[in-house]
Amino acid sequence: MSAPGRLLESISSRGYTHAVVAFVDDRGYPLSVATAFAVHADRGAILLEPVAGDEVAPPIGREVNVVFSHIRPQPGVGYDERRYVSLWGTLRPSDGHLELVPDRVQHWDEEEMTFFEFSERGVPQAHRYMERVSREQGRRIRPQLSRGWLFLRATRLPFLSATFIPVALGISVAALHGQWHWWLAILTLVAAACVHLGLNVANDVFDTLSGADQANVTPTQFSGGSRVILYGLLSMRQMVALMLGFYAVGAGIGLYLAVTRGFWPLFWIGVAGLFISLFYTAPPFRFVHRGIGELTVFLGFGPIMTIGAYYVQARAWSWEAIYASLPVGILVALILYVNEVPDRPGDAAAGKRTLPVRWSKDAVIAVYALAVAAAFGLIAGGAIAGVIPRPCILAVLAAPMAVPVYHALREHYDSPYRLMPFMGTNVQLHMATGMVLILGYVIAIVASHISGHPPAFLR
Amino acid sequence: MIDDRGRLVTHPLIPLYDGQHIYMTSSILFSRKLEHIKGNPKVSVSISDPNAVRVERFRRATIQGDATVDDADLHSGWERVLPIWRKKEPAIDFFLGKRVALPLFFERAVIEIAPRRAFLWEDGDTSRQPTVFELMGAGR
Repeated sequence: MSAPGRLLESISSRGYTHAVVAFVDDRGYPLSVATAFAVHADRGAILLEPVAGDEVAPPIGREVNVVFSHIRPQPGVGYDERRYVSLWGTLRPSDGHLELVPDRVQHWDEEEMTFFEFSERGVPQAHRYMERVSREQGRRIRPQLSRGWLFLRATRLPFLSATFIPVALGISVAALHGQWHWWLAILTLVAAACVHLGLNVANDVFDTLSGADQANVTPTQFSGGSRVILYGLLSMRQMVALMLGFYAVGAGIGLYLAVTRGFWPLFWIGVAGLFISLFYTAPPFRFVHRGIGELTVFLGFGPIMTIGAYYVQARAWSWEAIYASLPVGILVALILYVNEVPDRPGDAAAGKRTLPVRWSKDAVIAVYALAVAAAFGLIAGGAIAGVIPRPCILAVLAAPMAVPVYHALREHYDSPYRLMPFMGTNVQLHMATGMVLILGYVIAIVASHISGHPPAFLR
Repeated sequence: MIDDRGRLVTHPLIPLYDGQHIYMTSSILFSRKLEHIKGNPKVSVSISDPNAVRVERFRRATIQGDATVDDADLHSGWERVLPIWRKKEPAIDFFLGKRVALPLFFERAVIEIAPRRAFLWEDGDTSRQPTVFELMGAGR
């Protein structure tokens, strides 16, 4: 059956209770009136029951618009099962009914296209309308958010957990090694957070310039960028200023730490962090476009942050800090990796060839499982071998959180909004694992303070 | 409503009523209807869906009228109809709490309709003659 035929058939099978026929009356007003209907998909026709009354009877031989709409109220929550079909054509009499063979069709069904995607596809229309209203009112009209919400949205502040964990872990390793300076810990955290926020803002700037954000019509809470430039909430210039501001503060604090705690090691760690942060999406390197964005995120949010935080405290290198950072870096990279899954069509259209763009669904899911296994294998192996404190093995308890993410990738790979809650679970996986790893260090630190020779399972 | 090429366009919307005017709000994301109304203010509202109209005795009505678009303050101007909107849709407060997630959805214009003529089908059966009300003074 042809697409229009299937659409007509869906009118009889999708719970539409009535048709609304609209036509222009003798006074020049539209007149819309409900009536019963029957579908003859084989003939490509809709039969409408006649409407009584000269004034309200749909006219024969003139164009009418026939609409079928469905909505199911969910008290206290909103609505679901929203859909409509709009048909245009000319009515003709047929066995006491009115027959419409549509010559034009428009429809939307939220089971085929979610409301969020439907809304996202309306962004260009929203801009056209704001431009029109701006002309009419003689002033620039743009959307607004309160400053607090706008800052939160533009910087994607909640993702700072990805910085907190590796920095706190590096500080914890140093503390176990007897090095603890609280003010340096705060400065390290602020510097790393600024570089991370700079990355988030730079990501928006360069994804807008490359067209990746515009091409993505299925953004979620976790993917698709902040969209503040795309929506007109902030200008490109404002975002560039914000990006430079974060990088300047991060680099300034980093330089102070380098000067006071060991210049060249911290200088190069800082340069590596800034380099990865900026060129993650910025030309000429555009790591994420080349399929190495995930690797650079692993390095930046794993070894680089953790060893940097350790060095600031201890003024020395530590293989233990690097080892401890590996599972954390893997889990942060997996946040990005899973979040790239719903962005695939937009990323591919913009030439942003991330791993999920390059690989098949099966390969992407297999690598997710392998990476999770590697992360928790490193934790378990390291704790058993005594490379990291034994209480850190408790972090393995977070591993089952990866299971629903794995299944969701299998089941909702092409459904961004069904996958979205599990993208959240994947973020929690990194948070929970990182927090328990840090807790393992805290237990070891406390145990060593209480007793010069704590039992082996606490060391 | 009628578009700039003289063709009919019908949208499923949620009408609100304050005893004088019918109000609807529209996000700028779906603002073609607002442009149509600015071009031709003559509109018709069909209150016809038994699922959406949860009233004890189901009736159907069609109201013709003249519509104006209030988009002077897209960000918060529509909040003037929030009391009657909230009364009809208590869930709106839940969605308002998500405003940061849907910023353009909550940039909205108000469509204000002054009713001119109404047709009422007491039992919802449009194969029977409607009662017609001329309402030229209504909404003024």
